[in-house]
Amino acid sequence: MLSALFGGALIGLAATLFWFANGRVAGISGILRGALLARGRRGELLLFLAGLVTAGCLAAAVGAAPAAASGPPVGVLVVAGGLVGVGTRLARGCTSGHGVCGLSRFSVRSLVAVVAFMATGAATVFVVSRILPGWGVR
Amino acid sequence: MKRAAAAFGAGLLFGLGLVVSGMVDPRRVVGFLDFAGRWDPRLAGVMIGAIGVHAALLRARRGAALPSLGPTGGSGLDGRLVLGAAIFGVGWGLAGYCPGPAVVTLGFGAGRGAAFVAAMLAGALLGERLSAARSEAEGPGREDCGLEPEAGSQLAAGAANVEAT
Repeated sequence: MLSALFGGALIGLAATLFWFANGRVAGISGILRGALLARGRRGELLLFLAGLVTAGCLAAAVGAAPAAASGPPVGVLVVAGGLVGVGTRLARGCTSGHGVCGLSRFSVRSLVAVVAFMATGAATVFVVSRILPGWGVR
Repeated sequence: MKRAAAAFGAGLLFGLGLVVSGMVDPRRVVGFLDFAGRWDPRLAGVMIGAIGVHAALLRARRGAALPSLGPTGGSGLDGRLVLGAAIFGVGWGLAGYCPGPAVVTLGFGAGRGAAFVAAMLAGALLGERLSAARSEAEGPGREDCGLEPEAGSQLAAGAANVEAT
């Protein structure tokens, strides 16, 4: 719980830095969109994404990357990725955009989005773990 | 140059936060979503920490460019918001990855993360087309997190002014 709190604080700091220095909401799905469609200051978005990947490289280098999860067959993983992509575009935000940035601004839209994705996320885990355990993350 | 360094630094910090907090571990994420089973509440700390720090720091600079969103922000509540978030949640529950951790996972060098990210980008393009088809009458909407597009750009300009002064 403490490491989660500390990690969360880092995320909050990062989102604040990105807002005041770059004038952007640190919503990862929106940043990916901007980088993909070349909207806004694309260079800065790509640099932000490079920072994310670098964090992953550093974690792997010091052995802090979690052991690879077994679980969803690649086909399920690809379907899941597609759903995450479509859904975050329709909702215009993901866990970071709505969950962190939106809730920090007391946005009702974001609150509704968070409740919706938490609910279907929990429902999915419930169904998969009981009916299709082979598909689940283990 | 300063902006470029800030962008990279923000991404790095954000990614390290995702690693430290455990958000990059799909098992932890699925455990957090498993309310009816063996619920693992630890990830609640991520939201508490991130929102606590971000909300406090935004408020501390209120005088300059408070990103006030009004009661709903953006285009208000609509079916697309709820439907999109619901679809996102299903994918999140299936794989245990949301967009940020998925991008960080690319740095781990595992192929599974890359497959997820590729599918996610393809899905985003599809979602973009679906969104664009429906929002032509409503005007463009590009910001995440319920920010009204116009308000978003004004606020961004405001934030830039703060930096300049």
